[in-house]
Amino acid sequence: MAETVDLRIPRKAEWVAVARLTVAGIASRLHFTIEDIEDVKLAVAEACTNAIQAPDGGAFIEIRCDVDGDRLRVAVVNSVDGAAPPRAEVLDEELSVDGLGVFLIRSLMDDVEYEDVPDRGKQLVMVKRLAS
Amino acid sequence: MDIKVNVREAEGECYVVDLSGEIDVYTSPKVKDALGELIDRGVYNLVIDLEKVRYIDSTGLGVLIGSLKRVREHGGTVNLVCTNPQIKKIFDITGLVKIFGIYESENAAMKATA
Repeated sequence: MAETVDLRIPRKAEWVAVARLTVAGIASRLHFTIEDIEDVKLAVAEACTNAIQAPDGGAFIEIRCDVDGDRLRVAVVNSVDGAAPPRAEVLDEELSVDGLGVFLIRSLMDDVEYEDVPDRGKQLVMVKRLAS
Repeated sequence: MDIKVNVREAEGECYVVDLSGEIDVYTSPKVKDALGELIDRGVYNLVIDLEKVRYIDSTGLGVLIGSLKRVREHGGTVNLVCTNPQIKKIFDITGLVKIFGIYESENAAMKATA
């Protein structure tokens, strides 16, 4: 049976490190290799950066990790509650290179898809499996 | 989580920028400002030492790409020092390994910059 860990961070750049390190800790419980853990860390950080950049959403980013056997599923979505921080305060627009973050996520994770969540827009869902 | 930036004048008109820590969406602006300040001063040949960088994401890559674009407009170069396999992997999969010179030592990067 899957075990779930929910994490909710303020939708601000300074909190992204907390998200990636927390999910890395979860990945290490599955006995992923160090390289795979680094892949997951980067993918989660890129997903959070995308969530910060998104035009819609509330004051938080919600990250749900489902651990199921040899599989880690991570879903990242913006909250609906609270006011989004002013974009200029949380992200320097010039730092982002179009599509590079999503390209990295797709390269580093085994499965990546966007799912519609009623009233909340899209959530990014990504899966990493323990190498056999 | 933080990034430390140290700028050193090297031989010729080249500067070495030592980065230490993690380059992510939070710390990238500090790196961008430091590199931008150098380029604004007319420094167009840069060696960026990533040996003490433990982590870089797309925003960090964006800063490096942006700096490279700016110095190239003046005939300059940005060469990197990097031996960390995880960071080299990011340059590999994004294809940036073909755009930046990536060297295993500062000496090699300096020679390529001269």
